[in-house]
Amino acid sequence: MSVQAPAYESLGRPIHGPGALSGDWRRFWHLTFNIAVMQWKIRFYGSALGYLWQLVRPLLLFLVLYVFFTKIAKVGVGEGPSYDYYGTQLLASIVLFTFFSEATMGAVRSVVDNEALVRKIQFPRMAIPVSVVLLSCFNLCLNMIVVTIFALAAGVRPMLTWFELPLIIALLVVLTAGVAMLLSSLFVYLRDIQPIWEVLSNVIFYASPVIIPVTTVEQKLSPTLLHIYMLNPLAVVFQQFRHAFITHATPSVGALLGSRAAIAVPIAIVVAIFALGFWVFNRIAPRVAEDL
Amino acid sequence: MASRSAPPREATPVIVAREVSKTFRVPEERRHTLKERVLHPRRRTRYQTFNALRDVSFAVESGEFFGIAGRNGSGKSTLLKCLAGIYRADGDIWRRGRLSTLIELGVGFNPDMAARDNVVMNGIMLGLSPREARKRYDSVIEFAELHEFKDLKLKNYSSGMHVRLAFSVAIQVDADILMIDEVLAVGDASFQQKCFDVFNDLRDRGKTIVFVTHDMGAMQRFCHRALLLERGDPVYLGEPEEVADRYLELNFGRDPRSMAAGGDDRVGDGQARILDVWLENALGERLANVPQRQRVTLKARVLFMVDVRDPSSSMYVYNEEHRAVIIATTWMDNERTGDFDAGEEVEIAFTFDNILAPGRYAPVLQLAHRGSGLDMIDRFEGSFSFVVTAPMALGGLVDLPVSSAITRVSAPFEQGTRA
Repeated sequence: MSVQAPAYESLGRPIHGPGALSGDWRRFWHLTFNIAVMQWKIRFYGSALGYLWQLVRPLLLFLVLYVFFTKIAKVGVGEGPSYDYYGTQLLASIVLFTFFSEATMGAVRSVVDNEALVRKIQFPRMAIPVSVVLLSCFNLCLNMIVVTIFALAAGVRPMLTWFELPLIIALLVVLTAGVAMLLSSLFVYLRDIQPIWEVLSNVIFYASPVIIPVTTVEQKLSPTLLHIYMLNPLAVVFQQFRHAFITHATPSVGALLGSRAAIAVPIAIVVAIFALGFWVFNRIAPRVAEDL
Repeated sequence: MASRSAPPREATPVIVAREVSKTFRVPEERRHTLKERVLHPRRRTRYQTFNALRDVSFAVESGEFFGIAGRNGSGKSTLLKCLAGIYRADGDIWRRGRLSTLIELGVGFNPDMAARDNVVMNGIMLGLSPREARKRYDSVIEFAELHEFKDLKLKNYSSGMHVRLAFSVAIQVDADILMIDEVLAVGDASFQQKCFDVFNDLRDRGKTIVFVTHDMGAMQRFCHRALLLERGDPVYLGEPEEVADRYLELNFGRDPRSMAAGGDDRVGDGQARILDVWLENALGERLANVPQRQRVTLKARVLFMVDVRDPSSSMYVYNEEHRAVIIATTWMDNERTGDFDAGEEVEIAFTFDNILAPGRYAPVLQLAHRGSGLDMIDRFEGSFSFVVTAPMALGGLVDLPVSSAITRVSAPFEQGTRA
């Protein structure tokens, strides 16, 4: 019972190994979402306070920094409107940064740690790092509720610019996803990525307007240096978030850079990082099962 | 033996492989840290290439049960992973229809979650939508017979329960193509039987199954066709019986090509030749399938090239695990077997009651000079095997006639003494 050689041309396109997405967006999304939900359940399983622990870390960091910089180092107190609601501004930036660092740190090892899955099942590989980012998004959403309550208690009132917030958060998520894809794929071949990224994300923390208000930075730096400072996409996200969410007394990114069009540069950087991460991940995806 | 109906023929095959090759790069020394790269930027990691598969081509039709056989390291699992799309292979592979794979049991199971979450998650990993996965949950649990344990965390499952759950998920995905690596050996006999029933059922429903195994018994029971791989090369594609025979030849350490060439590499001094070996029943009929409990005779025809005095002969019967189940020799009975002249043809016979467990057996026959049996004249191995059939396989190495009884030896408890 032999099968004659079939007409290969009639068979359509051959399959070519595993892909980052395997061309099936629905499957990719179902998988990503369900992995994130499962991780979320596991994280809080058997703990009495559950989600509250997720909140403790940024809150504790906030408390320490707030006491230190307003009572001891006096960085957070000063003349001028940009010191309005310093506490709320600090908390908001910390929560945003926590999202970024938690997602990227978690993503670094993700592909390697899921070796068993990658080697034994065919599925869209990109679901692994993206689900880590999605899990952090769940956290971010809950933390944002806390930040909003905190802000309202501190006297912040709803503004029209709150409609900007989804866009700002979306920019942050796109950036985070790009970095997550990049790091998780590089880590397969270079295990130093993890310590490097730990150090680097600390640097990014201090290079962004979290503790020091951007107006203080503006006074100390020349306009050129300020432009370089604002090339950091996280700086843009944090500052615009402060402006749009908390108080218009702190300048918007457009005002800082002199023109609205200048915002296009950091946005372009975010898009470029995402594209790079996607491209690199896409390149390693077919081979990652055998290179692990 | 179970009847294997021919697969329904269809115009286009569901799986096609054209000249599929797979080469792994094995770095001689893996360089992972930045320091090493910085210190030795010019020194590239040297790679050894390893050809796991070379130019494998075949087509599997819809409704076909296709076996992939081979020894350890022959590339059969690699081929399955290429077909499943886990490895990228050189060459072209076409596949039509939904695929479900069972390459390792319980991959992706989370030990901290109960059955439900794991079943749904695994279903989604295999390509179901969340809704479909949830809908199949009940039937998965039912098939796995884990109803009482469905709320237990998976880490409290026994390995047998893991196997049942994983297999149930894989078959409930309702895929058009099911790819199974050698994983079913883990389950107990009753679950294995259930798996085989499922295989029969899937086959009857026209599903396509690709089955990697080195259990030739299972392969012959289920597969319509099979591919035999040896060191990455496709050796034979065709009837499972032929594949099983060739597989046994490979396992007895002989290159199939030199076998075909006439077998000049036979051991022994060649003072006599074993021309043929066969098995026959009391009526003298040659047998390939031997029902258990029959009295059978393994016979060999020998041609003497020179005069030989008192040769001895030994018979080894190997099972599929390459264990010699029966060893017998003529010098135990009688050292003086007689003097034979050049040109004489004789028959050697070993008669025994067939108490072998069901399975395939390969006899090896040796002819040696008088003495220890190590001074070999000729040795016959590999090209003949027989299958022992029985209504039931209990799993023992041999099935000795055993009589059993359960007898009462004391009176039951009195009504009052029961705790």
